[in-house]
Amino acid sequence: MNLDCKHVWEHISGYLDRQLDPEVLAAVEKHLESCEVCSAVLDSTRNVLVLTADDRTYELPVGYSERLHDRLTVVIRGGRDFGNQ
Amino acid sequence: MVKVTTTTDEAALIRRILAGETELFHELIRPYERLVYVTIFAILKNETEAEDGAQETMINAFRHLKSFRGEAKFSTWLVTIAMNEARKRLRKGKVTAEDSLDATIEDHEGGDYTPTVLTDWREIPLEALEKKELREKLHDAVANLPEKYREVFVLRDIEELNQEETAAALGINVTLVKVRLHRARMMLQKALVPYLQNEVAPRGSFLRRWFA
Repeated sequence: MNLDCKHVWEHISGYLDRQLDPEVLAAVEKHLESCEVCSAVLDSTRNVLVLTADDRTYELPVGYSERLHDRLTVVIRGGRDFGNQ
Repeated sequence: MVKVTTTTDEAALIRRILAGETELFHELIRPYERLVYVTIFAILKNETEAEDGAQETMINAFRHLKSFRGEAKFSTWLVTIAMNEARKRLRKGKVTAEDSLDATIEDHEGGDYTPTVLTDWREIPLEALEKKELREKLHDAVANLPEKYREVFVLRDIEELNQEETAAALGINVTLVKVRLHRARMMLQKALVPYLQNEVAPRGSFLRRWFA
């Protein structure tokens, strides 16, 4: 199976998630070996995911947890008809 | 669809809470504080709204705990509530206008897609990850994705839910999860590549056109 660049792009997500069928995977890998453009697209997409997964990318506001539990305390203590609302 | 069940510990906690030990609710939700906040923040890109929405989500979860039957994971159930809270806030337009004004990313579902090619960007340099600006660009790009792609991306790549959980939380099938996730990732690739140009020194003149 030979794939052109456009078809390889369609498989980038599946490749990153390791969900490609063996035949498609082999064709994608073969293409990537010789195609700098597709390799770069793959790497940059992977790096977007690395950035996304970095804990510092989505941070909690300072004091978030305390404020959340404070509010819950009020609700929980006030909620005598709990579960029936 | 894969059937996921709530862990025994959680199931026991939930039973005790429902039986009247309501204070245990604090303990039940502690592992999911981040999940709920980040889900809503990634969609609304507004800290105040996200925090308020996260509190409302937890309060709703408490009030409706009785309706949680344990067919799904507790985390998935919470995410569904959080997602609804985020959608509600989007609809109400309570979120600042700047978030939707430049929603210029086109809807590519089913269409062709051309990624941005930047052959010199192989790795995100560590220094780049340290930069707050880059993270903010990602926040912008995620918040600007069309809603159906954004929701899938948030659950799969930010919250790291699996395909089945994501499908269950959004009420769509697994195939659609895969298609939308792919489109979302490609749109983000396209949106973010330009912002790394200052982080990566171009080598060789042939690269200049990518930096023009």
